[in-house]
Amino acid sequence: RHMTGEKWHSRARRYESELQSCGLEVAPVEFSDYHPLKSITVTDSKSRRGARKGSTSSSSSSSSSVAPDPLSSMLDGTDPLSMFAAASASESPPTLSQSRKRREKEDEVGVDFEPWSSKRGEILARFTTTEKLSINLFMGSEKGKAPSLASSAVSEKVRTRLEELDDLEEGSQRELLNLSQQDYVNRIEELNQSLKEAWASDQKVKALKIVIQCSKLLSDTAVIQFYPSKFVLITDILDTFGRLVYERIWSMCSDPRPLPDSFTADEVNDTAKETCLNWFFKIASIRELIPRLYVEVALLKCNRFLTKCGIQETVPRLTAMIRGIGDPLVAVYARAYLCRVRLASRTYFLSTLSHWLPSFTEISTAPLAFFPLLGWSALLLNSVMWAFRAEFIATRATDFIGMIKDCDEAGFPQHLLFGSLGRSLACADPPEAERLPILNEAWKVITKVRSPQDYINCAEIWVEFTCRHFTKREVNTVLSDIIKHMTPDRAFEDAYPQLQSVIRKILTYFHDFSVLFSMERFLPFMDMFQKDSVRVGVCLSIMDVFIKHQQEPTRDPVILNALLHVCKTMHDSVNALTLEDEKRSLALLINGFIRMVSFGRDFEQQLSFCVEARATFCNLEPVLVQLIHTVNQLAMETRRVMRGSHSRKTAAFVRACAAYSFITIPSLTSIFSRLNLYLLSGQVALANQCLSQADAFLKAAVSVLPEVPRSISIEGKLRSSEGFLLDFINNFLSALLVVPDHPEAGVLFLVRGLLNMVQDYTWEDNSDAKVHVYISALPLLAAMSQESYLYSIPKVDSNETLYGGDPKFLAEINKLCETLIGQVLDHLKTLGRDESIHRQGSLAFSLFGCLLAHGDLRNNKLNQLAVNLWNLSHKQGYCNTRTSVRTLEFIKHQAQQPDMVHLSDVLHRLTLQSRT
Amino acid sequence: MSASLDIRLKRANKVYHEGEVLAGVVAIVSKEAVQHQGITLTMEGIVNLQLSSKSVGVFEAFYNSVKPIQLITSNIEVVKQGKVPGGKTEIPFEFPLHTKGNKVLYETYHGVFVNIQYTLRCDMKRSLLAKDLSKTCEFMVHCLPQKAKLQPTPVDFTITPETLQNVRERSLLPKFLIRGHLDATNCVITKPLTGELVVESSDVAIKSIELQLVRVETCGCAEGYARDATEIQNIQIAEGDVCHSLPIPIYMVFPRLFTCPTLETINFKVGEFTCNKYKSNSATVCGLPMADRCDSLFLCRV
Repeated sequence: RHMTGEKWHSRARRYESELQSCGLEVAPVEFSDYHPLKSITVTDSKSRRGARKGSTSSSSSSSSSVAPDPLSSMLDGTDPLSMFAAASASESPPTLSQSRKRREKEDEVGVDFEPWSSKRGEILARFTTTEKLSINLFMGSEKGKAPSLASSAVSEKVRTRLEELDDLEEGSQRELLNLSQQDYVNRIEELNQSLKEAWASDQKVKALKIVIQCSKLLSDTAVIQFYPSKFVLITDILDTFGRLVYERIWSMCSDPRPLPDSFTADEVNDTAKETCLNWFFKIASIRELIPRLYVEVALLKCNRFLTKCGIQETVPRLTAMIRGIGDPLVAVYARAYLCRVRLASRTYFLSTLSHWLPSFTEISTAPLAFFPLLGWSALLLNSVMWAFRAEFIATRATDFIGMIKDCDEAGFPQHLLFGSLGRSLACADPPEAERLPILNEAWKVITKVRSPQDYINCAEIWVEFTCRHFTKREVNTVLSDIIKHMTPDRAFEDAYPQLQSVIRKILTYFHDFSVLFSMERFLPFMDMFQKDSVRVGVCLSIMDVFIKHQQEPTRDPVILNALLHVCKTMHDSVNALTLEDEKRSLALLINGFIRMVSFGRDFEQQLSFCVEARATFCNLEPVLVQLIHTVNQLAMETRRVMRGSHSRKTAAFVRACAAYSFITIPSLTSIFSRLNLYLLSGQVALANQCLSQADAFLKAAVSVLPEVPRSISIEGKLRSSEGFLLDFINNFLSALLVVPDHPEAGVLFLVRGLLNMVQDYTWEDNSDAKVHVYISALPLLAAMSQESYLYSIPKVDSNETLYGGDPKFLAEINKLCETLIGQVLDHLKTLGRDESIHRQGSLAFSLFGCLLAHGDLRNNKLNQLAVNLWNLSHKQGYCNTRTSVRTLEFIKHQAQQPDMVHLSDVLHRLTLQSRT
Repeated sequence: MSASLDIRLKRANKVYHEGEVLAGVVAIVSKEAVQHQGITLTMEGIVNLQLSSKSVGVFEAFYNSVKPIQLITSNIEVVKQGKVPGGKTEIPFEFPLHTKGNKVLYETYHGVFVNIQYTLRCDMKRSLLAKDLSKTCEFMVHCLPQKAKLQPTPVDFTITPETLQNVRERSLLPKFLIRGHLDATNCVITKPLTGELVVESSDVAIKSIELQLVRVETCGCAEGYARDATEIQNIQIAEGDVCHSLPIPIYMVFPRLFTCPTLETINFKVGEFTCNKYKSNSATVCGLPMADRCDSLFLCRV
């Protein structure tokens, strides 16, 4: 084959008629029509409060310029783990009101009560201890059961059972001392397991004994702060036991068909009744009061099998029985368990109260009416406020305040009561007229709290109420009060979680940052966050809210100064140890801020803001990238305002913009950021008729090319850079079409420069990348040789005008093309060996495609080359038949065009070999 | 291949009254056919009396067991000698619970010195090579309801150091006052014993208040009478230092089998169930629990 010395002639193109002939019909898309390319605007995917309104709506309206990135929003400043940690560290996160509402919804039994499941976890997390615990356990299960042959009178079964009972009773009881909380929990879990095992192996008596042992543990109040958790753990076991017994009896009635859920005692058969009765007799003979009580409560539900109103009759008796418990703590928890099992109607709850408070004589059905009779136990009041529905409390908030004030300070501090009240008012609204008096009354008490820790715990709760119903004036007052309390002796150092929560609550309600920052005490409040990590956390949450809620770009100096300060704090927290993810999320927030800054027509001020920002945020590369984009946008905006023709002043300004980008880009470390920004800024400069600046950008890009490493790190993994590089070069080539040659440099100076760099670049071994670049340079050169170019920039003369189709220029282009084709053909030859035959075929085919599209095939040599390439690519049978068929069809179609008739000759010479 | 023998009574609770019919099935489960020499059922009701060593001395107690009193006995052959086919075979039976002469079916009672027990035994006689099969099953007899109407007889009580019995140094005792009442001393055996108790005052912290149910059994024989009181059940009704002047409920379910309606016959007597209020103070003052106050209870079935 002799392929060298081919003559290149570009095909002449008539872009407009081609576009018309191949353009598809335009179908208008209605506003509401579905279209896959229509933008999906997520208006607010994360807002916590009242986010129900249109969380994901697909609309074609312009999305707000800071539509939160769904991926970045996952990494909301901190990683999820540390967010959990933060949530549990702060006593009452802002989601409290919501989660509480949700819980209320979940609860099916009594909407006025929190369901146990939510309370349970709370208790376990809250009541922990480091003190040593002791436990009384029987070790029956561990004892080997070697049957003695001595007595033969008693049957084997009876004997083992008797032994078992002995084991469980007293003989093997052992006190374990010095257990840590975890050990204790493990022990109880073991008991739970052995209960289940005993039950599964039909050792009902043993199961009962285990339950009795467990309930006994509840009479020990030695480590009082762990008692609630102990209660939770042990009542879990009791619940399990109650369920097992209930299910067993229930299953005895499943013949011939299972009992309906709403069965009555009449439907229960005698055997089941007898079994049930047996259980109750067994329980009634339990010697000690507390186990007898707990186990009977656990089996309360089983009364259904015996009589219709068994439960209703038993509950009052059990309630009375609790009076026999001397320790008030144990008694109250026993009551709590009874209430829980009963899942009481409110009336039952009240009757329990009445037992608790012996002086009480009459129960009125209206809950509030009986309160005054109780002689005001503060503890009770507190519990009522915790347990009752927030709405219930809120509508009677004024009454509650009166009652709180009447309470005796000695037993239970008032600020705790106000704390509880505030918690309710945070999620339900009192009548409008009462709100201000409520706030005043509450704050009167809160501000008098001496201990900073007590003070902030309470104040933090009330901030939500204040924010919810009042203006910045009241909030400001509250803030200044908090500052006053927390500043002495640096008390704020111990209250960061609460102070953070205050900020979060304010941010939840105040989305207008001009209002927010015009609160005089807001920034002084921020100054209390002196620990770096905390301060950054607060800044993050502020920026987060800003980005989510700021709708309009702003130039408000108060906002800008404050936020610049906030962002600077975030930026300054970056050090060598900062994780990439953290940096990215910080940068994302700062970028969001920068995008929201707009000085309108005052472009110079905008530019100087960018200069300032560059100095401030120099350590975060994504921010610098954003700034360059902003400045480029600024230049384009200037161009738009001037309608394309710059005055002397605006021309100087856009050059200043270019200068900004030009000196900022080199400081970026990411090579592809640099390359792409050089190209982009070059295009912007060109669009603004800054030719020498554009040249400088593009030259810089070309000169940076050799620095591109062969592999780059992407998300921590080393990847080949080849694909990125090819993408960039193709992009760059298409930009070069409109760049006019510099009068002092040679013809096609930039194209040659680029191709030289490509040639000298150390490509990967065994790679066709270089040849691909050569092939893709051909269309550019073909486009350059057209009389009128495919695209151009208004008010910039490109080579089409400069050379005006000068034959010398065209000859230069053709020569270049021939060199490139020569290079490609040389490369094809080296691919003749077996292992690369496939690559040879596909490269040949792409060159063929290129010739077909851009070469003038009337030229015989070119024509012959194309046919040879076709044959080469089909020789080995590796090419895609479908592509080949399509190509042939395309050629057939093209041949019907008036001046393309010669293609039908080509078509005749192209044969399609089917795969062998 | 072994066969299994079982007796299943019709009533789940196995409780019968005099004059009723004890009905059920003998169930034989075997994989193969079982050759046997007859299956018989024996129903028997016996009163066993035992003298306590306390009353008559160890040796006498050991030797002088009183002869058991038979209340009812009956024996029937369910199946004649032959073969029971493999699989599950159920043979129904019925026993009328009628006594002979003027004997009465006393209520089932498991005591210490007096035992009233009714059993049903099934025997399958087999050839020399195979072991005989036997199965025993206890059934309960409740005496017929009392005709006379029972009037509740509430009783009030007070416990102070002065009312205590068996105390030597009364002056060392702490001062206390407990009042209360039982709703009835003649109780229906199926209904719980109820009442209330109020700690009016106590110098020391209370540890526990317990309710003790005691039975008194009397056996008569040629040598004379033996009368013994033993504890049946002891349950705690108050734990720790309970609230003063707050009524604490007294509530005790009479355990089955171990209690029966008060009964008096020529040979033995079960009854005078008593109830003790039992109180222990902090150990520093008085190491021993202090028992006090017996109320005789008359139990009956209505």
